[in-house]
Amino acid sequence: MNRWIAVTMTATAVAMTGLVSCGSDGGSAAGPVNLTLVAYDSFPKEGTPLNDALDAFAADTGIAVDVVTAGDTGTMVSKAVLTAGNPEGDVMWGVDNTLLSAAQDGEIFEGDPTQVDFGDVCVNYDIDWFVDNGIEPPSTLDDLTRPEYANLLVVQDPSTSSPGLAFLLATVAKYGDDGWQQYWTDLTANGVTVVDSWETAYYEQFSGAGGSAGTKPLVVSYASSPPAEVVFADPPVDTAPTGVANATCFRQLEYAGVLRGTDHPDAAAQLVQFLASEPFQKELPLTLFVYPVDPNVVLPEVFTKFAAVPTDPFTMESDRIDANRRQWQEQWAEIVQR
Amino acid sequence: MVPALAALPLAGLLLFYAWPLGTLLARVLRPASVSDVLGSPGLGRVLWFTAWQALVSTAATLAIGFAPAYVLARYRFPGRRLTLAIVTVPFMLPTVVVGAAFLALLPDRLHDTAFAVVIAHVFFNVAVMVRLVGAMWAVIPTDLTAAARTLGASPVQVLRHVVLPLMRPALWAAASVVFLFTFTSFGVVKLLGGPANTTLEVEIARRATTLGDIDGAAVLSVLQVVVLGAVVWWSARWQRRAATAFAGGRTQRRARSRSERRWVPAVVVFTLAAMLAPIGAMVARSFRPGDRWSLTAWRTLGADEIRPGISLGVDPLASLLVSLRYAMVAMVISAVVGGLAALAIGAARRHGRLLDVGLMLPLGTSAVTIGLGMLITFDTDPVDWRAEWWLVPLGHALVAIPFVVRSVVPVLRAIPADQRAAATTLGASPLRAWYEVEVRRTWRPLAAGAGFAAAISLGEFGATTFLTRAGRDSMPIAIDHLLGRTGDVPRAQAFALAVVLFALTSAIIAVADREEVLDARGS
Repeated sequence: MNRWIAVTMTATAVAMTGLVSCGSDGGSAAGPVNLTLVAYDSFPKEGTPLNDALDAFAADTGIAVDVVTAGDTGTMVSKAVLTAGNPEGDVMWGVDNTLLSAAQDGEIFEGDPTQVDFGDVCVNYDIDWFVDNGIEPPSTLDDLTRPEYANLLVVQDPSTSSPGLAFLLATVAKYGDDGWQQYWTDLTANGVTVVDSWETAYYEQFSGAGGSAGTKPLVVSYASSPPAEVVFADPPVDTAPTGVANATCFRQLEYAGVLRGTDHPDAAAQLVQFLASEPFQKELPLTLFVYPVDPNVVLPEVFTKFAAVPTDPFTMESDRIDANRRQWQEQWAEIVQR
Repeated sequence: MVPALAALPLAGLLLFYAWPLGTLLARVLRPASVSDVLGSPGLGRVLWFTAWQALVSTAATLAIGFAPAYVLARYRFPGRRLTLAIVTVPFMLPTVVVGAAFLALLPDRLHDTAFAVVIAHVFFNVAVMVRLVGAMWAVIPTDLTAAARTLGASPVQVLRHVVLPLMRPALWAAASVVFLFTFTSFGVVKLLGGPANTTLEVEIARRATTLGDIDGAAVLSVLQVVVLGAVVWWSARWQRRAATAFAGGRTQRRARSRSERRWVPAVVVFTLAAMLAPIGAMVARSFRPGDRWSLTAWRTLGADEIRPGISLGVDPLASLLVSLRYAMVAMVISAVVGGLAALAIGAARRHGRLLDVGLMLPLGTSAVTIGLGMLITFDTDPVDWRAEWWLVPLGHALVAIPFVVRSVVPVLRAIPADQRAAATTLGASPLRAWYEVEVRRTWRPLAAGAGFAAAISLGEFGATTFLTRAGRDSMPIAIDHLLGRTGDVPRAQAFALAVVLFALTSAIIAVADREEVLDARGS
């Protein structure tokens, strides 16, 4: 019996060496084109209306699209920069404006990428908590440093979390290169809580999320979080449990572009065009919880009802973000962690 | 014989570890970035925290895991296999899930503290104690301790003068693995340590993924490999020097004396309670999407749409199959490569240490660095493998192989040298003698190590997420995907999926252990 195991083991070892040596199958098929769309982890690979739209595109054009995911946006861009010129796919989805400049410096794209969606990072509040305590929820960044909001806010570390970085950028945009440090000193004195990730902030610290044991009624999250709370509530609800402080928002823009070095530049350009067109764009809100870039796309009802698009969000040039990000993150860490 | 045995492990190590790592370093490492990173002001603090939390966590794991390891190795009792499985399970669940459950259990004032980190590390790593030390303990002959007792030694004296010296190689093996794991801890530290407590591994990932500072990450990664390589080298020396030889035999029995009948169940119950508390929290959360109990998460787990027109793109059944496939492949690779490596290390005596330490290195290398290295190494024909699905289980195997080696080598080293001589004298060919005396004895620890490898693969998250993946995601990735979304139902579904993963991994471990037990009885 044991001898057979030994034989099997050796056989497997040999088979594995074989597998390794003839593993790749080339795959340069003529005829219909197969494209690979590289996206961040939260982009669905199968089974959602977004993927159905891609299937419809394949049926119309003969261009089939495989989605591969490559980590979060930061990881995806790091990998793309390392493989620039010999990319892992043909088109990339989801480089945002905090990383766009780095991506372009790394020469990952063929030509300029196209903007495909946008979303806002804002302070969210727990509506019930403010009603119960008879306090008006805050609406501006200044409000957050006032005594009535002491010890109520939880934010993410800008060096480990993308919404955390967006919120830091909002404060830099508002108070300027020399003013934001004082703002964070005040915010720290007012008892801000810092955690590493959005998940921890929203689900462990924030009191407004369903079933959360959190105690903080203010959190940095997305302008689209309230409609998501409605869509995924159990049992179903008619109103959102959370609201958005409108003058605290930072706008994130996401781009898609043809990756330099693709074997199918024309088909890839056609795909990017499709990603920015109505049939694909209209599926974005309820799948990725971002806004379509095309203003003519009709938004789903939960979005028009529970998500206000902030009228005047903070923004920042991608170049400026890229040139200063690291320095700002380090300064921030010194202020907040003493 | 040694070169033949070592060929495959060595080739694999060079091809899938040394080459990608070397390529990355050659590409990004510049003298300027070395001095820049090594001179950065925060580095000292990060190194200090990384080292001391790892030392404290290792010591605490050894101390706390001692009793469960002993009881599970030495006593037969109803539910032993299940207990063994449950103790191992936390180790292979994704940190994100157990970490979240842990956060719910720990009182608020312990959040963001080094204490929370150490507690969680003990919780995760008791499995290593039970597995590696238990495997050794199970082969220490009972007549040895019985003889000592007959000669008048107290149980404490037996432990100190007989058992502990015999156990030393396994204890060193377990300690070095736990140290490696806690030194490179990522998820636990991020989730429970708070922003002030950062390990080297967290800093490496932060530089590579959020700062785009890959050369800085590479410098730190080398620093980490050098530090851990030295530690492993040093501990491997102790494992060898301390190795003692003896023949195997049946060693488990029921609790007999009155005191045994009291404390053996006490240890079991306490261990189970400690292990199951966070898992209980996990189960509870899957049934509480909002503020009340509900089956929604479970009901919609396999459904195409959660609400009309809305789907999450997560298919639990498909993820399950993906995870199982990864686990099978990772298990086969680890068992074959790890088994061969262990035999080579056992036969080589002196030079074996090189292979031993070499195979441990991937465990101490940041997953980001290996992932990025593979990305730029396997990108052109004939090694254009970066989009191949098997790269993921191969990465899992890199992490799991040291466990297989650690399970097998101490048992091999415990075989008296004269047994083979005796076999040869009795007429066996040298190869036959080697097979009968050494190879046969590796099946049992090999089965245990392989089960462990499958488990590691099922729960592996860090390395997987850095590799580019097509098709459905494995369960830990799908769970993470769900955890990252706003809303009650996806959140509860994440925990439901984690419960499925828990049930699955417990079952696999229980089956692997049954093989082990059967084999032990047969031989």
